[in-house]
Amino acid sequence: MEKIPILRMGDFLLVTIQVDMQDRLAMALQDDLTEMITSSEARGVLIDISSLEIVDSFIGRMLGNIAAISRVLDAQTVVVGMQPAVAITLVELGLSLPGVRTALNVDAGMDLLRGTTNGSKVS
Amino acid sequence: MSLVSTETVPVKAEPDVVLVRRRIRELSAKLGFSLVDQTKLVTAASELARNTIIYGNGGTLQVETLNGPRTGLRLTFEDQGPGIPDLELALRDGFTTGSGLGLGLGGAKRLVNDFAIESRVGEGTKVTITRWK
Amino acid sequence: MTTSVHQEAPGIGPIIARHESEILADWIREMSVATRRSDRMKDDEVRSQSAQFLRLMKQATESGGSNIQSPAWQQVRDLLEEVSRSRALAGFSPSETATFVFSLKRPLFEQIRRAYKDQPDHLAAVTWSATELLDSLGLLTTESFQKSREDVIRRQQAELLELSTPVVKLWDGVLALPIIGTLDSARTQIVMESLLQTIVQTNSRVAIIDITGVPTVDTVVAQHLLKTVTAARLMGADCIISGVRPQIAQTIVHLGINLLDVTTKATLASAFAVALDRLGVTFTKATK
Repeated sequence: MEKIPILRMGDFLLVTIQVDMQDRLAMALQDDLTEMITSSEARGVLIDISSLEIVDSFIGRMLGNIAAISRVLDAQTVVVGMQPAVAITLVELGLSLPGVRTALNVDAGMDLLRGTTNGSKVS
Repeated sequence: MSLVSTETVPVKAEPDVVLVRRRIRELSAKLGFSLVDQTKLVTAASELARNTIIYGNGGTLQVETLNGPRTGLRLTFEDQGPGIPDLELALRDGFTTGSGLGLGLGGAKRLVNDFAIESRVGEGTKVTITRWK
Repeated sequence: MTTSVHQEAPGIGPIIARHESEILADWIREMSVATRRSDRMKDDEVRSQSAQFLRLMKQATESGGSNIQSPAWQQVRDLLEEVSRSRALAGFSPSETATFVFSLKRPLFEQIRRAYKDQPDHLAAVTWSATELLDSLGLLTTESFQKSREDVIRRQQAELLELSTPVVKLWDGVLALPIIGTLDSARTQIVMESLLQTIVQTNSRVAIIDITGVPTVDTVVAQHLLKTVTAARLMGADCIISGVRPQIAQTIVHLGINLLDVTTKATLASAFAVALDRLGVTFTKATK
């Protein structure tokens, strides 16, 4: 099974999800990220979902889990690039992804992680 | 309502969820649904497909293309699994809680125009959803 | 000539074939008398549509009999649909559009009469099948017409809905969305789509939703607003709700509506100030 690559950029980890994920792959990503946050002592994780055309409840929960887990490991997670259709659908599904910080794109997301802007916060 | 075409897709194991998503995306795009409507239907299908596999021990999806006077896609997920004991409870969920646990039926219902569910304990479950253009 | 009762349109095909140009000329004359709408449709367009129709009808009757739903009649049906559609768009009434087909009757019957002058039974049979045929084709135009009009109405409704919720760029990174009128679930969908698309296109981090023009804010409307705010947030944009009049503020508290931590302001101006502040924009006065 292919794995989603996690890139390391200084103190941060960058994940770009481009493939339609099976549940198994999503779980693997969650595990891999948790592992890498610890081993690399990263202080932030940026997840780029601008290519994701579908975010259902499982993937939504995975994103929420990653945010929560990273917080416990003293790192921040920012999810960037959610497509409008996906946002509308998630809201209709009743998923607001509490605890997940979001930004419009990778640049804005990195600014947020580096603490260089007042950010978008989802309570 | 005239039926234009129908096809059956197996929904037995996890990889089938992705196949279902792809097929429904293809069909709804071909029928000219808006991007948002496509996304809603595919997401609902993903939820129900997963339910069929995890809670229903696998089953089938029947996809019907409807055309006349309105254009629409009707999806019927059917399994011979344990069934749902309390349908009312399963359908209920709050909008802002987003706890996301359970069957996600309430959410899927909001994503489609027509929603119908039949379930009998020990016999199985059948969920039919329709999205009109 | 052998004729069978219901499978073929006896004799229509050959009659059209033999007198095509005469029938066409008569028909066009009938139409100009009946409708008198030369301003709405160009003469040569009418001429070419009629010629094409006659030619296709000849082919269809010769090959496929009289069932207009059969594949042999597909081209005729397609042409009639196009005729209907173009006339509907040009503002013709359904009757005027059906006249396209019905005005072919007299010229056709005239040729049939001449052909079977001395065979009254045959004359009656062919005339009857011709009238049946043209009646069903005429009705087809009415159905197509209806559908085209409904499409136009639906499209206009959608455009109206979209126009009534404009998204305005106030500043680099700041959008304003003034909502005028009631916010029901259909409207909310349009609002969300419109707002989110614009957020992506303009890369805006702040969206001000002004509800000055929303008459009542109850729990349902509040839910719709929250949906919109949540969707924008998921994408990475913050929302500020402005135009919160004192009565609305009271209603919100009274109904126990939880606006999460959405910032609310009384005026669009104050909301704009908050937005700029969030973006770190400051104004300095130019010194001369």
